[in-house]
Amino acid sequence: MTPALRPSPGHLAENVVHFARVLRTAGMPLGTDRVVLAQQALQVAGLERREDFHAVLRACLLDRIEHAELFDQAFALFWKDPDLLGRMRALLLPKVQLQPGALPGPKENRRLGDALFPHQPQGPQPEPPPREEIEFDAALTVSQRELLRKADFDTMTADEWRSARRLLDRLRPVFEQLPTRRHRRAAHPGRLDWRATLREGARRGGDLGRLQWRAVRTRAAPLVVLADISGSMSRYSRMLLHFAHTLGQADAKVESFVFGTRLTRITRLLARRDPDIAIAEVVRRVQDWSGGTRITESLQAFNRQWARRALPSHGTVLLVSDGLEQGDPATLRALDAEMARLSRSCRRLIWLNPLLRFSGYEPRTAGVRAMLPHVDRFLPAHNLESLEDLVAVLGRPER
Amino acid sequence: MTSTALPTSIDETEARLAERDYVPDRALATVIYLALRLQRPLFLEGEPGTGKTEVARTLAAMLGRPLIRLQCYEGLDLSGAAYEWDYPRQMMEIRLAERDASVTRESLATELFSERFLSQRPLLQAIDPKRAVPPVLLIDELDRADEPFEAFLLEVLAEFQITIPELGTVKAVQPPIVVLTSNRTREIHDAVKRRCLYHWTGFPTAARELEIVRRRVPGAGAELARQVVAFVQKLRGVELYKLPGIAETIDWTRALLELDAVVLDPEVIQHTLGVLLKYQDDIAAVQGSEALRLLEEARRIASDRVA
Repeated sequence: MTPALRPSPGHLAENVVHFARVLRTAGMPLGTDRVVLAQQALQVAGLERREDFHAVLRACLLDRIEHAELFDQAFALFWKDPDLLGRMRALLLPKVQLQPGALPGPKENRRLGDALFPHQPQGPQPEPPPREEIEFDAALTVSQRELLRKADFDTMTADEWRSARRLLDRLRPVFEQLPTRRHRRAAHPGRLDWRATLREGARRGGDLGRLQWRAVRTRAAPLVVLADISGSMSRYSRMLLHFAHTLGQADAKVESFVFGTRLTRITRLLARRDPDIAIAEVVRRVQDWSGGTRITESLQAFNRQWARRALPSHGTVLLVSDGLEQGDPATLRALDAEMARLSRSCRRLIWLNPLLRFSGYEPRTAGVRAMLPHVDRFLPAHNLESLEDLVAVLGRPER
Repeated sequence: MTSTALPTSIDETEARLAERDYVPDRALATVIYLALRLQRPLFLEGEPGTGKTEVARTLAAMLGRPLIRLQCYEGLDLSGAAYEWDYPRQMMEIRLAERDASVTRESLATELFSERFLSQRPLLQAIDPKRAVPPVLLIDELDRADEPFEAFLLEVLAEFQITIPELGTVKAVQPPIVVLTSNRTREIHDAVKRRCLYHWTGFPTAARELEIVRRRVPGAGAELARQVVAFVQKLRGVELYKLPGIAETIDWTRALLELDAVVLDPEVIQHTLGVLLKYQDDIAAVQGSEALRLLEEARRIASDRVA
């Protein structure tokens, strides 16, 4: 490389660092090593065309496609200067000025705006939906009554926790132990461990007297929780989110989704350690807590967007819903099809329906009848009392 | 023949890939160029059939390097990915040693775990210091392997070395060109991605897809190619479980060619939809009136493009 083309380590490097800081503040996890990589890469390529400059930074600073849109917006905002590259080549670029008043328009991400202009008073901007990992289909909103009820969500009491633990124990069978294709050393005869046997043999001068063994490792089947958080279900679902959270801390792999009028993935939100903080975070992010419910659309969204990524074929799906889908025959046919698809893409489909707490409950509604044939287990049909205990502790469910 | 040296600019990378009938977009060419220059692994993520594996194949051909491919699967372990001791031969060696009084225990132990008894698997092959030319190492569909394998991969990707407890550390003299692909059936751990340059291979624009079809299926007429690409591009706008990739477009064009189709018509679409769509639900959704509607639009776009 000729020295003339090498950008000065000064301004460009500084601006890349600043840009990385903006991305970080906007929610992209970004290590220093990536920034160093970007600086190295820019010494090799990317200063001839704006497009290439963008591609170079993207290759170095991005590591998942979900962040691509945020990155592109940040790039457009940050490297706004039309003659940026020309000036950079001339090593004249001053530190990028963030002019006050140059607030990003409502089209851009709000968090990004906050990251770029941290001390701007927030004017009466229309609030765009939070982006990040939350993915939903805006077309599915029940437009009239999208309720944003968050206030009534208090933390769990100690009693509730104890009963939650009890129910958790009952949910143990959900975690089937499946054999993996990996092995561990074993004391008892099973599969011969050739490597260990021969090593032992070599140590004893060729005597293969003591055979070493291996056995198949098992692992809990991965679990996907799909929890209905519509009005009738919210309290029960909250319990289950606590479960999902506890389960997620254990060794099994757990993916969690909630749905009301739209489907939201909350696995990452539940990754925060303290359960109450985690659940509070979920509530803050999830827009349609205790709103209406659209089971069919939510299942469809899951099947289309997430099933291939989040649900391995040996996984278990835990569907938590009352199955009260209101709809015309066409919707019910679609519900039937989506349930069939869900059932085909997992190992076991388990349905927890809190309506079972009413003795004499029969699956009469059309929605339940459409869903039931595709379910492997309908719980907790056999331990009704335990669930009644739980409900008694929880108090009367909200309407 | 053209040179097999590393390209010296993004433009050259683009041109030389195109020479091998791989038509990259500018961003992909940039990432490939960077990966070659910075000697970083290239991590390609995207829908199936968008040309991820083909990048590695084309690179190998373009640079005159051997291609070493490791197909990942669940439970892939050291003995499948890196190396395995040749147990039957070791057994034989032990038997022979028993009759030979001159062999001591120590010498047997050293001899038994020497390179002579080591079977190389793809990863070890790729970093073998005895290699004259560093190869292109393709680690295909990493999302199919499990996390323990990813963890093992870290040492290989960062240092281009593998540690064999009985033998010591094997390190590449010249690092191989590494391409990792993932269909994103699960997230790959950040630690792996951190060591790589990341690129998302999306569906191509109509112009690029047309260029790809022209190069890959040279027998197809201009009219047919235009209609096929317009139809597939429209099809990607429909709500489907699995959208067709470029591989499907190419397969479909070949299938149509075999059926002697000169232009698209409803009947031939009906009969060959299975080449494009791989789920019964998707085929059912598109068949009939929806296919007709898409065909109408595709015809209009295709004729517009000529004019």
